[in-house]
Amino acid sequence: MKPAPFAYVRARSLDAVFDLLDEHGDDARILAGGQSLMATLNMRLSAPEVLIDINHIDGLSGIEVNNGKVRIGALTRHNAIAASPIIAEHAPLIAQAMPHIAHQAIRNRGTFGGSIAFADPAAELPAVSRAVGADFILQGRNGTRTVAANDFFLGLFETAREPEEVLVAAEIPVIPANEKTAFTELARRHGDYAIMGVAAQGSADGGNFSNIRLAFFGAGDRPILAQAANAALEGQPYSDATVAAAQEALGADLDPMDDLNGPPEMKMHLARVVTARVLAELAS
Amino acid sequence: MDKNVDISLTVNGQEVTRRVPARTNLVDFVRYELELTGSHVGCEHGVCGACTIRVDGAIVRGCLMLAAQADGATVETIEGVSESTEIADLQKAFHERNALQCGFCTPGFLLTAQELLSQNPSPSRDEIREFISGNYCRCTGYQAIVDAIERVAGERQAAG
Repeated sequence: MKPAPFAYVRARSLDAVFDLLDEHGDDARILAGGQSLMATLNMRLSAPEVLIDINHIDGLSGIEVNNGKVRIGALTRHNAIAASPIIAEHAPLIAQAMPHIAHQAIRNRGTFGGSIAFADPAAELPAVSRAVGADFILQGRNGTRTVAANDFFLGLFETAREPEEVLVAAEIPVIPANEKTAFTELARRHGDYAIMGVAAQGSADGGNFSNIRLAFFGAGDRPILAQAANAALEGQPYSDATVAAAQEALGADLDPMDDLNGPPEMKMHLARVVTARVLAELAS
Repeated sequence: MDKNVDISLTVNGQEVTRRVPARTNLVDFVRYELELTGSHVGCEHGVCGACTIRVDGAIVRGCLMLAAQADGATVETIEGVSESTEIADLQKAFHERNALQCGFCTPGFLLTAQELLSQNPSPSRDEIREFISGNYCRCTGYQAIVDAIERVAGERQAAG
């Protein structure tokens, strides 16, 4: 299908975006990479009056590391992140997730901030951002504020971003020397949205799991940090009993929805499968 | 607000200026405004890859980018890279290896394969399969497409 008619404005500054958001309110949508938004417009799931294109605003893209944090500008394209030595060294969980995000042509356009702000519960980066403990920088006319990834995702496609704010960057703590990462996703076709997936980071130093963060996607109405499973792993050695305890605890963490991919029971089974895989990888 | 946009861009080496509805996507623009119908419209939500077009040197989904966003850009379609003979060896290999039947997906596959070989001159079969995973072919079963791309990689390597 074709999208419903809309006006298009190429913004040259954040102030111009704030003016347009003030003027048009809910009738405006911010267009970043557009790789999810354009599809929803084509399917007429959304019909804004105005699209505000932020692709030509200077200073919104780039990757740098400073004071123990990796900063990723919201407009940084997926393929720039995939090719970044900074990401590979300091935020390896993001590097591991990248090849699973759609396909080459989409990674050439899609942006880190767009994926976070769109907040698809089956997308990779929202879950990864919870596992790594990211902060998101939101800018409004009167300044910026920081929202932790753990407080950002409020529901299906719903976030803590206010309508008059723009997500401008993410900050990710540099991975501590004692932590490892693992990432597993099940999809019908490589690059498709996950049927079930998990991003994991934490320590297995000295043979016992510590501070493990399993973050699931495709498992509910938002990316989910599996607090019960993470607690079940604390201080435990990698063993069949530990894996089974974490798998059992997932029942308290996840409440997957029935959808075209299958019923909740199947998804819970798959959640346990991917959990066993990432724990084996973290322990290896 | 005005729901039309004035755009100027370069398509296959030629300057183009048009006034288009803002909602026009890039693949419809090249097909209906410029009558470059080699880029195809399949799913219209980014899944099938039939609309693959090159913008500023990188492949994109023509259905997920607005013509308005291509204002100022350099756009190349299958007609452009075909005319320049940039992908003549890929086209020959696809033909000889029977890597197409109906041909609907072929322009997208050729542009995707060309980007793969420009970034990774000697990909493994697994790497080829992963790179083309965003393009659907409903006729061939992909085996022949992978064969054709692998063959061209080898030929280009041998030619230095």
